[in-house]
Amino acid sequence: MRTIYLKNKPRIIGAYSIVGPKEGRGPFGKYFDYVMDHDKFGEKTFEKAERKMIEHAISHSIKKAGLKKEDIDLMLSGDLLNQIISSSYAARSFNFPYLGLFGACSTMAETMAVGSLLVDGCYLNNVVCSTSSHFSTAERQFRFPLELGNQRVPTSQWTATACGSCVISKSGNGPCVTAITFGRVIDFGVNDVNNMGAAMAPSAMDTLISHFEDTKRKPTDYDLIATGDLGKLGSEILIDLLEDKGLKLGPNYTDFGHVYFSRGEDTMCGASGCGVSASVFNSFVMRKLLNKEYKRVLFVPTGALMSTTASQQGESIPGVSHAIVVESGDEK
Amino acid sequence: MTYLWVFLIGGVICAIGQLLIITTKITSSRILVLFELVGLLLAAIGIYEPISAFAKAGINVPIVGFGASLATGAINAVKSSGFLGIFTGGLMATAGGIAAAVGFAFLFGLIFSSHTKK
Amino acid sequence: MNDKERNKIYNQYVEAKIPRTRPFPSLLNSFLVGGIICLLGQGINDLLLVIFPTMSEQSAWALTLVVLIFLASFLTGIGVYDKIGKFAGGGSIVPITGFSNSIASPAIEYKNEGIIFGMCVKMFSIAGPVIVCGVAGSMLVGLIYFIIGVL
Repeated sequence: MRTIYLKNKPRIIGAYSIVGPKEGRGPFGKYFDYVMDHDKFGEKTFEKAERKMIEHAISHSIKKAGLKKEDIDLMLSGDLLNQIISSSYAARSFNFPYLGLFGACSTMAETMAVGSLLVDGCYLNNVVCSTSSHFSTAERQFRFPLELGNQRVPTSQWTATACGSCVISKSGNGPCVTAITFGRVIDFGVNDVNNMGAAMAPSAMDTLISHFEDTKRKPTDYDLIATGDLGKLGSEILIDLLEDKGLKLGPNYTDFGHVYFSRGEDTMCGASGCGVSASVFNSFVMRKLLNKEYKRVLFVPTGALMSTTASQQGESIPGVSHAIVVESGDEK
Repeated sequence: MTYLWVFLIGGVICAIGQLLIITTKITSSRILVLFELVGLLLAAIGIYEPISAFAKAGINVPIVGFGASLATGAINAVKSSGFLGIFTGGLMATAGGIAAAVGFAFLFGLIFSSHTKK
Repeated sequence: MNDKERNKIYNQYVEAKIPRTRPFPSLLNSFLVGGIICLLGQGINDLLLVIFPTMSEQSAWALTLVVLIFLASFLTGIGVYDKIGKFAGGGSIVPITGFSNSIASPAIEYKNEGIIFGMCVKMFSIAGPVIVCGVAGSMLVGLIYFIIGVL
């Protein structure tokens, strides 16, 4: 029994998203709080830009929560860079304590889950959770120099330049986190770094099966079941994997990465990066929860836990996926 | 007429590279090394010369030509300088290309910065 | 079913599902761009021999390569070469211009980490194997010819 039920229902009282120009042109464009003109965000390097995005998102999510920085008890954040420097250096500009987390692209759920538990357990009052990704910083670290003249393969995904942040609180108004299913690391032996969707889909399957077994719910009990960045191929694989296990995902299932960019943006299988799930949850999903269009959402982003060193040493790519249930509240 | 053959042969060699890229998971580093070694081998067994006399830039411009220069350089250096030629030949023949690549990369590295991919 | 079997079946299933690049127009684009770059090389070579009639053929080729390398480096710097590469694939990687781009692009990219530890260290991150295998290969060839010559 892996699912944890949060009795005190911690509330998400403020949420903010900031994305790059390409991301802003996508179907979620009108939901994002801020679309940058340029992905350097006025900074000299892409790394500094990503850090600034996190600082910006955190500050604004605190404001949207109607709180001041002094009210925040803890910052939980993570990103894709080595030693999660975007988060750590962003934390440097704030006065509240900081815990860095790494779950690759599952980090938004990870930070929200840990934050919710701390608030639900009455240990802390207000926790800010954030995560980000940036196309250029990820490309430099994981793949190739930006000016290299190579072609992307059809299974590849475009790392999104995006950041999302939310404040989880003991009191106040907003959707509440009601349950968490933490994920195990699942590795089905995929070693193609250009096919992350296939690498991560098994971990989403594992977490979703545990979740539905534990809660005795059906997929139709949710208005939305969303994975973060499995992409076109990965989400198709997940549907197949679950069907094999007797679980059918219907039209209420979406993968944010698959639909993140507009057609014609040449992003192959779609978007990837922790910023995808973070920015869409903290804009589109939060809005739907606030106006009660969605009453109950299952948010299940996935992460690929690899590094270039591990891949070069012949390791395959393991995935992890955490599920959190967010409800619009005022429900008995 | 020469120009037609240059275009055709050069194009075909590049298309073969592209075929490898789309059918295997080969990266650009591996393509560069593979084609270079093919040139090295062709020159080592002596058939690069006649092909190059006909194809000219069609085979000299692809990295195949670079590999061939390495081999030819080593062979000529061994003929003229003996044992030492094993070490000096390859690099001496390709010195121009390597120096240019490094030198210009350094210069433009100082001047330019990476552009955001749209 | 043990994990190994499960992984094998899974990977076979994934392979079957993977979308493939369609050979057309991808191969045609590589063919065209590669052919044009070679034509350009031939043109530069012939032009050099016209301007400098006393230049040896060998020197003219060497200088031609230098010019092509310069052009590729420059186009990399101004952010154009990667766009050519996106279109042409093999057509921009296989010519010597691809080698030049693979040295210039990390040089430009990693300048942010400093000139010595960034640019200079990372400059060969993609083309390193070309130099290493090339040198090792030429030494092997030289050795074989030396031995044949001695025998």
